Parts: sequence; structure tokens; C-alpha cells
Amino acid sequence: MTRVAILGAGPAGLAAAEAALAAGAQVTVLDEGARPGGQFWRHRPGLTDPRMQHGVRRFEQLQSALAGAEVHSGAAVWSVEPGEPGEPGEVGGAVVLRAAVGPADGARREAVVVEADALVIATGAHDLALPIPGWTLPGVTTAGAAQALAKRDGVSVGRRTLVAGAGPFLLPVAQSLALVGSTVVGVHEASRIGALAGGWLPKPWQLLGKAGELAQYAGALARHRIPYRVGSGVVRVLGDERVEGAVVAQLDADWRPRPGTERVIECDAVALGHGFVPRLEAAIMLGCEVAGDRRGRFVVVDDGQRTTRPQVFAAGEVTGIGGADAALAEGAIAGYRAAGVAQDDQRLHAALRVRDRMRRFARRLETAHGIRPGWTAWLDDDTIVCRCEAVAKRAIVERAEVPLRAMRLATRAGLGPCQARTCGRAVEAIVSEARASAAGVAAAGETVDGSSSSAQGGDVGFDRRPLLAPVRLGELGGSDRPTNGEN
Amino acid sequence: MRIAVIGAGVVGATCAFELAERGAEVVLIDRVGIAAETSSRCEGNLLVSDKAPGPEAELAIHSNARWRALAERLDAEREGGQPETEFEAKGGVVVAFPGGEEALRRFAATQRGIGVRAEELGAERLLAAEPHLSPEVVVAIHYPDDAQLQPSNATQALAAAAIRRGARLVVAEVTGSRAEAGRIAAIETTAGAIEVDAVVNCAGPWAGELGRRLGAPLDIRPRRGVVLVTTPMPQRVFHKVYDADYVGAVGSGDATLQTSTVVESTPGGTVLIGSSRERVGFDEHPGVDPVRAIAAKATRLFPFLEETILLRSYFGFRPYAPDHLPVIGEDPRVGGLFHATGHEGAGIGLAPATAELVAHAVLGAPTSLDPVPFLPGRPGIGAAA
Amino acid sequence: MSAARNARGSIRSTGATGLTAVPAAVEILVEGETVTGRAGQTIAGVLLGSGRVAWRGAQHGERGVFCGIGVCHDCLVTVNDVEGVRACQREAVDGDRVEREVRE
Repeated sequence: MTRVAILGAGPAGLAAAEAALAAGAQVTVLDEGARPGGQFWRHRPGLTDPRMQHGVRRFEQLQSALAGAEVHSGAAVWSVEPGEPGEPGEVGGAVVLRAAVGPADGARREAVVVEADALVIATGAHDLALPIPGWTLPGVTTAGAAQALAKRDGVSVGRRTLVAGAGPFLLPVAQSLALVGSTVVGVHEASRIGALAGGWLPKPWQLLGKAGELAQYAGALARHRIPYRVGSGVVRVLGDERVEGAVVAQLDADWRPRPGTERVIECDAVALGHGFVPRLEAAIMLGCEVAGDRRGRFVVVDDGQRTTRPQVFAAGEVTGIGGADAALAEGAIAGYRAAGVAQDDQRLHAALRVRDRMRRFARRLETAHGIRPGWTAWLDDDTIVCRCEAVAKRAIVERAEVPLRAMRLATRAGLGPCQARTCGRAVEAIVSEARASAAGVAAAGETVDGSSSSAQGGDVGFDRRPLLAPVRLGELGGSDRPTNGEN
Repeated sequence: MRIAVIGAGVVGATCAFELAERGAEVVLIDRVGIAAETSSRCEGNLLVSDKAPGPEAELAIHSNARWRALAERLDAEREGGQPETEFEAKGGVVVAFPGGEEALRRFAATQRGIGVRAEELGAERLLAAEPHLSPEVVVAIHYPDDAQLQPSNATQALAAAAIRRGARLVVAEVTGSRAEAGRIAAIETTAGAIEVDAVVNCAGPWAGELGRRLGAPLDIRPRRGVVLVTTPMPQRVFHKVYDADYVGAVGSGDATLQTSTVVESTPGGTVLIGSSRERVGFDEHPGVDPVRAIAAKATRLFPFLEETILLRSYFGFRPYAPDHLPVIGEDPRVGGLFHATGHEGAGIGLAPATAELVAHAVLGAPTSLDPVPFLPGRPGIGAAA
Repeated sequence: MSAARNARGSIRSTGATGLTAVPAAVEILVEGETVTGRAGQTIAGVLLGSGRVAWRGAQHGERGVFCGIGVCHDCLVTVNDVEGVRACQREAVDGDRVEREVRE
């Protein structure tokens, strides 16, 4: 029986599990969350307001299907390696995953070793919040945090929240905030009407997958009297010890603030979401090809969701930001293929159609809401860019000319506990801009660094991480025997 | 005199600085940039504690003294945005578990014989020096001269100091050379030819390949070393603390995974835990085995580390010669070509003395060191004339 | 009016979905002070529900929750003497002792 491991239990991972199980595979799912669902279906029974959940029936189907799988929730998967097939009795298979399983960041969690003949990487994405002067003040969160806290915990950070950034995801965030009782003082979309029209007007119903959802959010905004502004963004957060207000300004087509348009909005919380960063480290650790640059870097997959590594598949936001419907379709394709089902099998047909349609959606999303280079104009020299190590823009610019690795070591940007997950793309953009400015040319989008002549520093910017998740030193030991399929 | 220093790691940067300060016209060449490889993938150890009496110990003792003044100068002439070297004369504490007492005491006694300060700490002083150390430790030797710096930053500082003294940085790959009357007259690079009177090969683990391109192959190989970094925390480790199994392991010829434990705090609040040694060529996939082996030993030394979060690991390639001695001096086959490589895991610590020997070989500058043991012409390096 | 009370209000309004009108509570000790949250909340959820918005000393001022999904490590607390626990990821358990962390 084919052993399929699935990394991540959001829409893509759950759909992959369902498909692989349907195809007769032995399935093991590893997910860092306390329960399956990922960010999209993040929930806690007894706390989550059902009005914030979408596609609940589909989620329930997927959860039922999981009964046939071995599921490790609360799994900090810290390593994934190619196995060594052909050595009977040893850890083998196409891939070997190692995880510490237990309460989040607990000490002495259980060591779990999973070996599999095929792997589906469905690690998803996290919010990208661009640095803004004042963004380290308590009360500033990512839009994803506002959403997660509302859905998972039934709380909001503040009583008056300003939502800002880019993309349709800001709308459900505003709705959730309203449902947990925070006044949403405005949703500020950085993209201008031109970009939005270019991206969406030809087929506006693709926004958020279904026209019904779009209408629902529009209705929610109206019902809660939430102002929606386009071509506008937060350029400074005000406050002494916590958020007391925010300065918003009109942004030009490149997201550069228009002088003279600034105004202060009183609020005690700011939720920022300028885009998403795919969680690529597992794919990179396995040596899967990753294409693109700091503006959009994703795992390369073929029509069957196969990566460039044998028996390694990828689905969902790691292959392109496309939303839950795309993730579900890609996950199903990846799950069938990982279980050995042929590409032309009729069970894949429906998913392939949806996936191809959603790829067009992803392109529209990028056209309409993609990060524009002018955002760096709202930074001050002393704006903290790396939150963990409190590294200001100035320090990064001053060391921009040295190899990326040396710049990091000199400034400590990206070296802290989050390992550049939060600031990586921003630091890469600042370095790129500073180098281009020194060379007297416009900042290009390509790789920031040739960093290493070998592949080590590579062309993946800050996205290479030798540990996939933080783990305690005492949890690294333990048996090397695979724990899946023992029952 | 026009000198090309090839390789902008710590050895190349120190040589460039030393030669430029002595008035030479220096071009520092690297295919990536300053401190892009080994010198930003190591621990920054300036050790005397791990050296058995012999030529390398002499180099280490000499270098250790020079680093103190050098780091002070580099930090003093630092310019905007340039980081500090983070030089810290924190001292080392080498400890032994039951069974290892006598070997460690004997080793320390031989070191005292060549002038290394090595003082055994009683239980009370050890507890005061390292309160979180395992109570299983039975012997501890204090080496007050062991020190630490941030190797990438120190290399940046050395290169900047060289540039302030007239050196020029060229980011390009060296592809070959042109000789005239048996001497190197120019090197060919991806950025064009550069006319020179002398060339110093400071390409670290790639020195063998660079030597080949310059008509003088060397038997220098890479040794992979993995280092762990923990999450930042309040300081709980106050010296460089080694398990005594570090002693004697550096020169081992065994190709399989070995680790010896070195634990120390950094100014950033993280704890660095070294390190492994594997002879696996330029393989860039260390996998989990070295990480697990290092963690197991480190938690034995400092039990609190069991609950410490590991943040990342990194690895680098250390250059070594078959006899594990640095290779420093003029090539016997190609006139005008000098080598400075093969420092294994000690390049940061040995860089100042190495640069002094290079200045001696290239410019005839005075030195109190004996250059003979390190000459490339010695047997087994592949460079005998 | 705290966010928690607001939220509780909305929970009440959805009693038809099987949620209890009066959710079970969880009690944790925050720097020695008893703080009550709703059963199942994360430590971050309990702290925010109690009106706290920041609980970690960073290099330049206080920090609380930022990413909310375990990525940024801004919300770290010490739980039952174990350091470096992401408050947004750890579900609160009755009796948990939660302490501040300070980054020098």
C-alpha cells in the first residue's frame, strides 16, 4: 500500500488526504494546528462563531474522510528529508519527516518519525504585513491575526480597528472583527481603481471564488457601516505605549504616498495585510525547485502538482496564492497523484477544471493587488523592519552591498526567533532597492543575491531554513523508528 | 608591488590588510563578496586551549596576542554602518566527565609547558564561573586567553580596513593566469585580466581548485562542520565551554561523523553550540544526524539546554591539508604564487599570524615565527617541486 | 466594554448551533494574578480578553500578539517555567502559570 504523508491540514492538505484515502493509500497527516482546518477553517468548538466559517459542509466532509488517516495535530515538523530506499529495516521511503507532537511549544513532546513513499506539501502561507513606522506598537497585528483571534478565540485586539493592506482577504477580516464586537473604522485597500478594474472587471465573480461570497461581504460592510477606500493605506501608526491612531494617505499606482493627503484616524488597533508569503521551507529543504523572486516565489509544480523532486507533490498557497477553492482542487489532484492515480484518470477531471480556472483567478489577484515597489517611501530611516532583532531600515541600507548572508550577520536582520518569516520579503526589497540606487538603476525584481557560488545561499532569499519549526534541544533525540502505520 | 589576494574570507581579508598596510598595491578578489562562505559559517573561535604543543600552537599563541590589538584597532576605525568585531576575551573552560580527568590534566600540563595559561578550577570556583554546568563534570581547566569574535563582522572590518589603506575589492571568479619567464604576470578573471607581481591563494576549501587554475594544484579538502543556534535568552553560559573530547579530535583522520561540544553565549543573546566534523566533500545536505548528535552532547554539558529552543543550524566547509597543518608560503612550482590556506577549523584564530607569514614571504617583512613547518613544499601537500 | 464581553454576546446569539449560553471558564495565573478566560481560548485569547494588549518586553517597548498564527514569535511567554511559548498557539489550561519574558 502506498504510504502518503501530508504536511499541513488546511484546505489543500485535507483535500489531498481525502483523495489519497479514496485511492486506497495509507495516509498520515501532520499539522501544526491544534485541530485540522488550517488558517481558512481555523476554529475552536464552543468559541467559533459559525458566521465566520465558509464552506462548512465541505469542511465536515473532509474531516469525516480523515477518520481513515493517521492524524498528528500539534505537530511541530522540524525536518523533512529524502529517505534511503532499499535498506530493509532502516528508515526509508521517499521521505522521512520528524516532528515533536504535543501542546504548542511544550517541553518533552512526543517524537514522531513518519516515512512515506510520497509527500504532499500543503504548508500554506502566512500574512505579509509590510513595515510601517510605528508598526511595533501593541495593537498592530496582521490581518490574519485579527481573523484568527476572532475565529479561534472570539476576541478582538481593540475596540476600534483600522484594516489596511491589499486584497480581497481584508473583507472577511473586517466582517469577523465586526462580529466579535470591534468597530471597524475603515478598510483601506492600497490598490487603485485602475488596477482593480484591470484585475477583476472582466470576470468580477471570480473574486473570492463565488459571487455569493462577494455579495455577502459587501453586505456585511454596508450593514456594519464600514467605509471601504481604495488607493489608500496606513503610512504611520501613532501612539506612545500602544496604538492611539493611524495616519492614512492616498497611494499612487506604485503605492507611494501622495504628499498632502495624510489624515489621522483615531483607533486602538490596526490590522495589516499586504499579501501572503508561502511557507516554502519544507519544499526548499527537500530540494524542490522554487521559482520567482521576492515579489512572488513559489514551488514549481507540473499539471499533476508534482514538484521537481521525485514523489514530492505540492498543493495550495505554496504553489501560488489562489485561495481556498484553488487549494482544494490542487490538494485533490496532489492526493490522487501521490497515491499513484494516473493524470488522465477521470477522478481528477473536476479538480483539474477548477484548478485551471483558479490559476487565472490567481493571476487576476496578483494583477489587482500585488505589492507595488513604492511602499518603501513610507518608511523612515529608523523604522524597525526586523521586529525580532529591532533592526532599522538604515542599518539594512548601510550594509546592503555585502553578500546577503554577511548583511544578516552584521545587522542581525532576520536572525531572530521568527527566522525572517515576518521581515524577509521586506528586507530583500530594501536591499534590492538600496543596491539598485547605488548602481543608479531602478530596482529589479530578480534575485537579491548571487550569495553563494554554491547552492547554499542560493536564490531563495531568506526562505531557506534549516529547521522547519522551532524545537527544543531535548526533543531532537529519541528513536529513529518510523511511527506511522504501526497499528 | 601589485598583489592579488584571492578569497575574501578572514585569511584573505587579513592578508589584504597586512599587505596594504605595508604599502603594497592590493586587489582583493572574491567570486561572491566579503565573508560569503567559511568565514560567515563558523563560530569565531580564537583558541589556545585546543592546541597540543607544536607549530600550530605557536601560530595560535602568536595570533591570540595579535588579535587583541587588531580587534581594538578595527573597532576604533569603524565607519558608519560597519558592525563591531564583537571581540570578547571571555576565556575558555574545558571540562571532563568521569573517566576523562587524567587525559585532560595531562593535556593541560603539556600546554603549560609552552606557556599557555591553563588553570584547574576547584568545585566552588567552577560553580561560580559556570553555575548551570552539569554536576557530573569532574575536572575543569580555565584558559583565560581563549577569546571569541563575530567572524563575519570581523572579516568585513578587516576588508574595510584594507580598502581604507588602498586595497581594491573585485567581485569576480578567477579562471586562470598568464606567466612570463616562469612567474605569474597576470590573473584572468570573469571581470578581465589583472596584472600582478604576486598572487596569494586564500581560497580556503577551494584553494586546491584555485591552485589548479593557477598551474599549482594543492591537496586541500573540505571538512563539513555544523553549528547550532538557540533562541535568545538571558545569559546562562559565561565562557566558551568545551567538553574535553574536543581535544585531539581536530586532527582525526576518521571520515565519519564526529562531534565535540563547544557551548557559548553571543552578544545577541543566542547560544552557539558546535560542532561536527565530517569529510563528505562539498555535500550541502547535512541532514539531521549532526544536529541530533551535537544536541545530545550539549544537553549533557548544560542540562538546561534540554528545554532551550533550537532556532537554526548552519554549516560551513573548513579547509584541511592531509597533515592538518596550515599551508602558508611560496609555491615551489610557480614563481610569484603564495598560498595561505588549510587552517581547518581555526582560520579565524590563526589569521593574524598567517598574514604576518604571508607578508614575510611576499614582502620580506620581519617575523618572529618559524615559517618552515607551514611551507607548501613540504611532503604530502601535492606541491613539492 | 471589553472585546471578550462583546464576543460573548455574539456567542449567545448563536445558541442554535449548539454553543452553550454560558461558556465554561478557564483560570490561569498571569504574573501571579488570576485571569479568567473562556475554556478553549489560547493564552493570547485569554490575555486579550482580560484587556491586556502587550505582555513581552522587547528591545524598544512592549509587544503582544502580532501574527496570531505562530509565525512571528512576538507573543512569547513563559508557561509553567518553560520559556518561549507562543501565546497565540498554546491553549490555556486551568492553573497555567504565565510569566512575562524580557528581551535585553
